[in-house]
Amino acid sequence: MNWTSLDTWIFVTAALCAVACALPGCFLVLRKMSMMGDAITHAVLPGLAIGFILTGTRASWPMFLGAILVGLLTALFTQWISRLGRVDRGAAMGVVFTTLFAIGLILIQVAAHEVELDPSCVLYGALEFTPLDRISIRGWEVPRAAAVLAAVLVVNALLILALFKEFRLSAFDPALAETLGYRPNFMHYLLMAMVAITSVAAFEAVGSIIVIAMFVAPAATGLLLTRSLPLLLLLACGFGILAAGLGVMGALTLPPMLGFKSTSVSGMMAGASGLLFLLAWAYNLLSKGRASRTLHSDSLVSQRVSES
Amino acid sequence: MSLADLIEVLTLRNYNTQLVVFSTTLLGVASGVVGSFLLLRKRSLMGDVLAHSTLPGIALAFLAMVALGMSGKSLGGLLIGATLSGLVGVAVMAGIRRTTRLTDDAAMGLVLSIFFGLGIALLSMIQTMPGASAAGLDSLIYGKTASMVKSDFYILSITTGAAILISALLFKEFTVLCFDEKFAASQGWPVGVLDAALLILVTLVTVAGLQAVGLILVIAFLITPAAAARFWTQRAGAMAVLSGVLGGASGWLGSTVSALVPDLPAGALIVLTTTVIFLLSLFLAPQRGVFSRQHRQRQLRRKVDRQHLLRAAYEILEADSRVAATEAEKPWDGMVTNHPIARTALLAKRSWTAKMVDRILRKETRSGHLTSDSAAQSVQLSEEGFGEAARITRNHRLWEAYLVRYADIAPSHVDRDADMVEHVLDANLVRELERASQEDEAWVAVPASLHTIPTPESSQS
Repeated sequence: MNWTSLDTWIFVTAALCAVACALPGCFLVLRKMSMMGDAITHAVLPGLAIGFILTGTRASWPMFLGAILVGLLTALFTQWISRLGRVDRGAAMGVVFTTLFAIGLILIQVAAHEVELDPSCVLYGALEFTPLDRISIRGWEVPRAAAVLAAVLVVNALLILALFKEFRLSAFDPALAETLGYRPNFMHYLLMAMVAITSVAAFEAVGSIIVIAMFVAPAATGLLLTRSLPLLLLLACGFGILAAGLGVMGALTLPPMLGFKSTSVSGMMAGASGLLFLLAWAYNLLSKGRASRTLHSDSLVSQRVSES
Repeated sequence: MSLADLIEVLTLRNYNTQLVVFSTTLLGVASGVVGSFLLLRKRSLMGDVLAHSTLPGIALAFLAMVALGMSGKSLGGLLIGATLSGLVGVAVMAGIRRTTRLTDDAAMGLVLSIFFGLGIALLSMIQTMPGASAAGLDSLIYGKTASMVKSDFYILSITTGAAILISALLFKEFTVLCFDEKFAASQGWPVGVLDAALLILVTLVTVAGLQAVGLILVIAFLITPAAAARFWTQRAGAMAVLSGVLGGASGWLGSTVSALVPDLPAGALIVLTTTVIFLLSLFLAPQRGVFSRQHRQRQLRRKVDRQHLLRAAYEILEADSRVAATEAEKPWDGMVTNHPIARTALLAKRSWTAKMVDRILRKETRSGHLTSDSAAQSVQLSEEGFGEAARITRNHRLWEAYLVRYADIAPSHVDRDADMVEHVLDANLVRELERASQEDEAWVAVPASLHTIPTPESSQS
């Protein structure tokens, strides 16, 4: 394996992205809204395109804002359609995000005459090239993507720390949260805003696949192993970092072993998080099997005791 | 674009346009029909998951075919790979759902993102492969609507035709599965097999569509026409047919439009066509549409307001008649006489604002139930209004009596309950109530109230 300093930066960026996504991801999974990450990452395309058309440059504030706005609109439209028309939530989400994605594709096509914006780059990202685009912060040369993701991570972590009680209550019992005055609706849209900001920041840097994978996979893996929310958050962060490390290493070692030149780090990261989930799942099944066996023998023992 | 162009497109004179329009229409019909079952089963996003999880299969099929010395891009082989990996994805999802406490959505998100990620990783490996050109595999993600060839059309027609035929044959089975899985299981239907059959249909349609129109369009085709059709009908059969028709119509319209505007991506235009159809259905459908539901709700609210006002008026008149009888030192015979009522008395009768009362009064004056005297600030019920008021009060009291007798609700608590139900009592139910209360007591035109009615004077004191 040929690990260079570039790879270290790729790992750092990937790990920052994974943790930034895993934190709101835990609440998405708990609130049974895992697919919202998928919907929002597809739907922000028109926001990006409009910001892009207005300013003509990539990676600018208007683009970022436009994407966040559209991300929030996705959540809002989904809510409206499912409430107004009494449409199943999943279906409402599907209608909204495919529509927004289509609008985005058309806008990009219209804008493509003037500037270069490749939808496949938005979707798959180019984690490999992030270390090349650097900015300097106090004399420190940092990849721009890493800096952006670190900022998003800090915002997410601070919000969750500050509003931990509110997030927890509205995730588990929105009705109780409402009666206690915690405004679960506000928390819902705050979470949606966090998801939108995170996915836009992340997939501008690393592509949308890992964003979706990192929203769901670490949280789901953690949920198989614990029932405590703080522990879940920690586990999810840990699994995210682990998936990033495994993904970068896998992208370096796996293709040569199979006789290829290289592969997409994002794809490998998603694969690594899948592997981690499989391990947790297997552990879960094994321990469940043991527990049910114990239960079984216990009941046998008690039966014998009562018979004698 | 000239008129000649328009005519050429509309009459499908161009061979390529013909292919595209036919294929998208066919695909729209098939995915509309299959999608309607998905929607009823609340699994609309399954198409999303399936479409994404076909990617590793496509890449692996490509590799396998190259290893066997064939051209890696044989469509049949790629589609078989896509189908297999889609089915593996569905199986994993079912496994997660069955053996862990993760919910449906988490299972879907996991399978979708991980399979897609693996697919991308494999595809980018393939792209670095020397010799074998993998260019064009991308078109499976975005579709290549505008550049379809005849062989694509054949594959598409066979798969979609099969999907439509199978859904027609298994229609009854799928309907039972969608509406009551447990009932189906208890009746001895092979629920697991049916579920698998439905998912295989979805996979067929998705894979056929992937190749023709791309990932996102296929998702939209599976979800949107079915969701639109749901607004127009309450019957599963009609819904499946309508969903197929709407899907076909949007495929046809969208591809025609995109043939007219060749600069814009065809897939996106077709998606937007389905969205327009969905929005029209959402707002305009006669029974379940937003506009008609809001109209019904407004009418009900108006009726409730009107009935509250009339009953309030009647109860005031009744209290006045009782007071008049006591003052004349005669036993009250239950007769209620109609005379002008002060607006303030009405206002004190319920917890409503002066504005609300005035609004209802205006409406009732217009419908001839009242005449109001603005100088004296009083209103008087017309002949018709008085009759209506007596009828409403009677319904209210009948329901109260029923609740007290048969539902064991204390007389002091029954007013609120009756207040909510009295507006929807129909003639048959009223007759039923009359019979129920006639059994043991002397029948009166308007039974006396079971609880004291606060008069304006008593509530002020």
